[in-house]
Amino acid sequence: MNEKAINGRLFNRVGAWLLTGLTAVIAIFWTIPVVWALVASFRPMSEPMKIGDVWFGSALTFANYERAWSLAPFGQYYINTIVIVVTILAVQLVTIVLGGFAFANYRFAGKKWIFFFILLQMMIPATALLAPNFATIRILGLYNTRLAIAIPYFGSAFGVFLMRQAFMDVPRDLVDAGTMDGCSWWQLIWHIYLPPSFPSLIAFSLSSITWHWNEFLWPLVITNSDAARPLTAGLVRFTQLGEIGAQWPLLSAATLIVIIPLLIIFLIFQRHFVESFLHTGIK
Amino acid sequence: MSVIKSSAKRQKFNIFPYILTLPTIIFVALFTAWPVILSIYKSFFLQRMNIARFREPSFIGFDNYSFLFSDPNFLQVIKNTVNYVIGTVPISIFLGFFFALLVNRKLVGRGVFRLALFHPMVLPMVSAATIWLFFFTPGYGLMNSALRVLGYTGPENWTGNPGLALLSVIIVAIWKNSGYYMIFYLAGLQKLPGDVFESAQLDGANWWQILWKITFPLLRRTTVFITTIAFIDAFRTVDHIFVLTTGGPSQASTVLLFQLWQERFENQNVGLSSAITVIFVLVLLVFTVTNYLISEKED
Repeated sequence: MNEKAINGRLFNRVGAWLLTGLTAVIAIFWTIPVVWALVASFRPMSEPMKIGDVWFGSALTFANYERAWSLAPFGQYYINTIVIVVTILAVQLVTIVLGGFAFANYRFAGKKWIFFFILLQMMIPATALLAPNFATIRILGLYNTRLAIAIPYFGSAFGVFLMRQAFMDVPRDLVDAGTMDGCSWWQLIWHIYLPPSFPSLIAFSLSSITWHWNEFLWPLVITNSDAARPLTAGLVRFTQLGEIGAQWPLLSAATLIVIIPLLIIFLIFQRHFVESFLHTGIK
Repeated sequence: MSVIKSSAKRQKFNIFPYILTLPTIIFVALFTAWPVILSIYKSFFLQRMNIARFREPSFIGFDNYSFLFSDPNFLQVIKNTVNYVIGTVPISIFLGFFFALLVNRKLVGRGVFRLALFHPMVLPMVSAATIWLFFFTPGYGLMNSALRVLGYTGPENWTGNPGLALLSVIIVAIWKNSGYYMIFYLAGLQKLPGDVFESAQLDGANWWQILWKITFPLLRRTTVFITTIAFIDAFRTVDHIFVLTTGGPSQASTVLLFQLWQERFENQNVGLSSAITVIFVLVLLVFTVTNYLISEKED
């Protein structure tokens, strides 16, 4: 081996170590916010933060969590968020499977136009329409209910699109064979279309859950009491409580109450989450 | 119930597929199409819910629009929105690409590094912003402490400073989104054909040439896709503004959607907020259609 090649290798090796070092530094920087919040949430309330003293206190305490939990009904917020997210997903799964099935399995007059009409929803995000939708919800008499938060999302253009794609990949022969065997339409969906489309369904579900779990603005404008308020709106309300002020350990504890379950689920199902985000391109 | 017997029967008029799509059509009609029509209609009226004599709508033609485009506050909001989009979109995409290159190599603890970079994307924006609120705190806030070590002597009250408020919300958005864009680039990188790189290396191309002449152009489609979602996200996410700055100080960090919320729910101005909704929807439509045409041209 000539000298140049050896030098080149050495250079590559040093370069690789430098790049790894750089990666590590950036990764550490990126985790500081969550790590700090975790550390700060266990800091005793009696030890206010000072310049250069914002991490561990003299002891670790759960008192911040207890106090945060007693100052706002986080349990109720949790129930609300879960009810909202599950309701949305349950209805969506029905509407998108039926819609996807219609577009993949049938030919009918105006199909293209109906499809285009539905896709409008993908071009205009619901958040942009919060003012007129607020008016609609009032007319429907749903203001300040969990249903009001969920109902605008019951139909999902994106889900219909995704299921149509998945269903169209199912071999036509298989569908015809099922039809020959006398399958009814729902048996066709259940036994022939759905099993191979499961990855799309999972991907859609994880994206839907994450998106609606994290949503803030619509729940904020459509609720005015803790009976319907989800975690996100509840947390913001908590941060604005007069008695909280700059009590960072308390704020951190409240924030972690909101994000810890999410982070744990994410850690466990990391691969699925990443795949579903790639699959769907929505959060 | 209709049972599909043969493809011949499928040709005949069949009401069944319409029934299957009906639930979706109803919800799209009620919460996407109708609100757009309603906003266009109401944008031609003067209606303010908090002023008794303006509670009943009265027709004023295009006055809401002409008011908006001559209102220095609204022009400031447009400027802020443009700055916000320019400040978040390119940098997040660049960082996403850069991170993907870093963690696509064989390295120890690659999974942990990836996790560290993309965990912010599953957090609710409001909780991310609550944590960042501390970072921007004057005095002992971590951001200021770190900057002071580096010799920074500028203003420390980031979220309360007209010159820095928008930058603060931009920083949080970049922190939250870069890792999300990274995973799309990672997926793109893993699909690239390895032999192209080998032959380029044999031809004596250095890593910089390979990166800009081969890798980046091959990832064009990924970049177009990420640009689309990054733009839409920049327009529709204002959650962190509620926590960090509430649009202030004196509107310095108010962007279009935040202004829309304020006009409708704080000022109770139905007519004006409808006009802003129409403008907002138009911006989004122009953007998605343009992007669609660009990506169609690519194919």
